[in-house]
Amino acid sequence: MDDDKLIIRGIEFKSRLWVGTGKYKNFEETARAIEASGADVVTVAVRRVNIIDRRSENLLDYIDPKKYKILPNTAGCYTVEDALRYARLAREAGVSDLIKLEVIGDEKTLFPDVIGLLEATEILAKEGFIVFPYTNDDPIMAKRLEDAGAAAVMPLGAPIGSGLGIRNPFNIKIILENAKVPIIVDAGVGTASDATIAMELGCDAVLINTAIAGAKDPIAMATAMKHATIAGRLAYKAGRISKKLYATASSPYDGMLS
Amino acid sequence: MRVRLNGEVYETACSNIEELLQELDIKPEFVAVELNRRIIKRCDLSSTSIADEDNIEIVRFVGGG
Repeated sequence: MDDDKLIIRGIEFKSRLWVGTGKYKNFEETARAIEASGADVVTVAVRRVNIIDRRSENLLDYIDPKKYKILPNTAGCYTVEDALRYARLAREAGVSDLIKLEVIGDEKTLFPDVIGLLEATEILAKEGFIVFPYTNDDPIMAKRLEDAGAAAVMPLGAPIGSGLGIRNPFNIKIILENAKVPIIVDAGVGTASDATIAMELGCDAVLINTAIAGAKDPIAMATAMKHATIAGRLAYKAGRISKKLYATASSPYDGMLS
Repeated sequence: MRVRLNGEVYETACSNIEELLQELDIKPEFVAVELNRRIIKRCDLSSTSIADEDNIEIVRFVGGG
């Protein structure tokens, strides 16, 4: 697997499992789970500093930006204008041009507003951002985002935090067949086998937050996701057998007793 | 003077953004500052003065997916 590196816009990624940092009990648990996951990309959100309680600890005291690639998101943004504002603030606060672009269309499903997403992708790509748009499992939109300058496209497996797994593997497959940029499944993974399925389909990476942070034992689940992602990638590279309706014996008929 | 800081009314005597961050005990690294919807680059914090009624936002990274 050493020669099977993920490289996006010249940036080398050690792990094909990317993880979020939301919903953990505390920063200490966040740090331990990320360590266990083996991920080198962690997503973060951009929010106001608490002016009243300024002594509250800082996430980056626990997650060393020298060790991890910080991928800020525009979560919570429902308009292009807001997404651009958050992306630009993130770049100023951070250390790179990476942005996980979200333009959300609906509070209940958190499905992306793909029209706004496309517009924001184009603008940010022109401003030199390395844009990772979070989008639907729509092959046409994935292509449009690629054409708009996305560095990679992040189709959802299922709604954010739903844990429903990869609901439309056939669409993901079509997205993968047409894509010239890396495809990273973002959202929907519920357990280890979901991560494996995403990787077996041929996805370049998978991004997981809730499935790890919300597990009864996040550290154990982070470890499970690490192995599941590696297993899925290896299986994809190995090339699975085709499915057949009937049995084919594994043991030879030759040499059987008459 | 009185400014609006992260949505709250805030009284300060600071003359520029860098002083304001010092007053708030916030390290400039890994925060971003917006003054009246304009992002202030880290190198411009000390040269950006504050006026009465200014709208200032200071953001940082928090846990997210």
